[in-house]
Amino acid sequence: MDNILNEIGIENYIFLAVILFSIGVCGVLYRRNAIIVFMSIEIMLNAVNLLFVAFSTYHQDTQGQIFVFFSMAVAAAEVAVGLAILVSIFKNMGTISIDKLKNLKG
Amino acid sequence: MSTVLIIFCVLSAITLATAFLTVFSRSPIHSALYLVICFFSIAGHYLLLNSQFLAIVHVIVYSGAIMILFLFTIMLMNLNEKKEVHRPRITRLGAIVAFSLICIVLILVFINSKPIVGEYTTTGDDYQSIKVLGKVLLNEYMVPFEFASVLLLVAMIGSVLLSKKEKSEN
Repeated sequence: MDNILNEIGIENYIFLAVILFSIGVCGVLYRRNAIIVFMSIEIMLNAVNLLFVAFSTYHQDTQGQIFVFFSMAVAAAEVAVGLAILVSIFKNMGTISIDKLKNLKG
Repeated sequence: MSTVLIIFCVLSAITLATAFLTVFSRSPIHSALYLVICFFSIAGHYLLLNSQFLAIVHVIVYSGAIMILFLFTIMLMNLNEKKEVHRPRITRLGAIVAFSLICIVLILVFINSKPIVGEYTTTGDDYQSIKVLGKVLLNEYMVPFEFASVLLLVAMIGSVLLSKKEKSEN
């Protein structure tokens, strides 16, 4: 298992991460349910983390993995605050469809 | 085909299929459950790349903490799947066009950066065991580590304040 990238190849990881990221972008653009939009953002974050780990293995460097730790901490904080905001929006407006959140529109 | 490549292909198929189902399934509960499977398969990818500590942390943080948050929020809101109206065709078209464009551009960027990132060589050094990771994290990255703790504290206080019941003005 030492030289795993010799057998798989970094290109395959790049393809996987890019397609995963694009699925996330597609979800953010297509869905109108704010919770699903949050899940799509998580998918995008995970795609980037996966690419970080793959290149960390590729360069035999620890720093990519350290960066993934910090990105996980930020993702956890972001989800906690974002879902609290969603709950309070739901309590005030009765919906979380982002089509209905137009109060700032002039 | 070697065994590792077969494992990689199966894991990738699971990851992509469940991510797709997360985005396009009708009920939010099903989306959340598919997302759990997606996170587990990504942890499998980390294990395949021989970074065990990250795989464990990923399972604990994502499949444990974040998915519990999602499921509880969906439960609190009691979302009805019939509520979501059908999307107009232009939105769907825009999403598909954005998907393909981002795919093509990112793949081309990464493929053309091949001469810059260089060839893969293995030196046999230990660079991803918990011992090495801990040393690097607490020596070079000490200050960001402390700031991460402050960030988590602020996020905790913020979410408590946001979801607290508001007192009436009078």
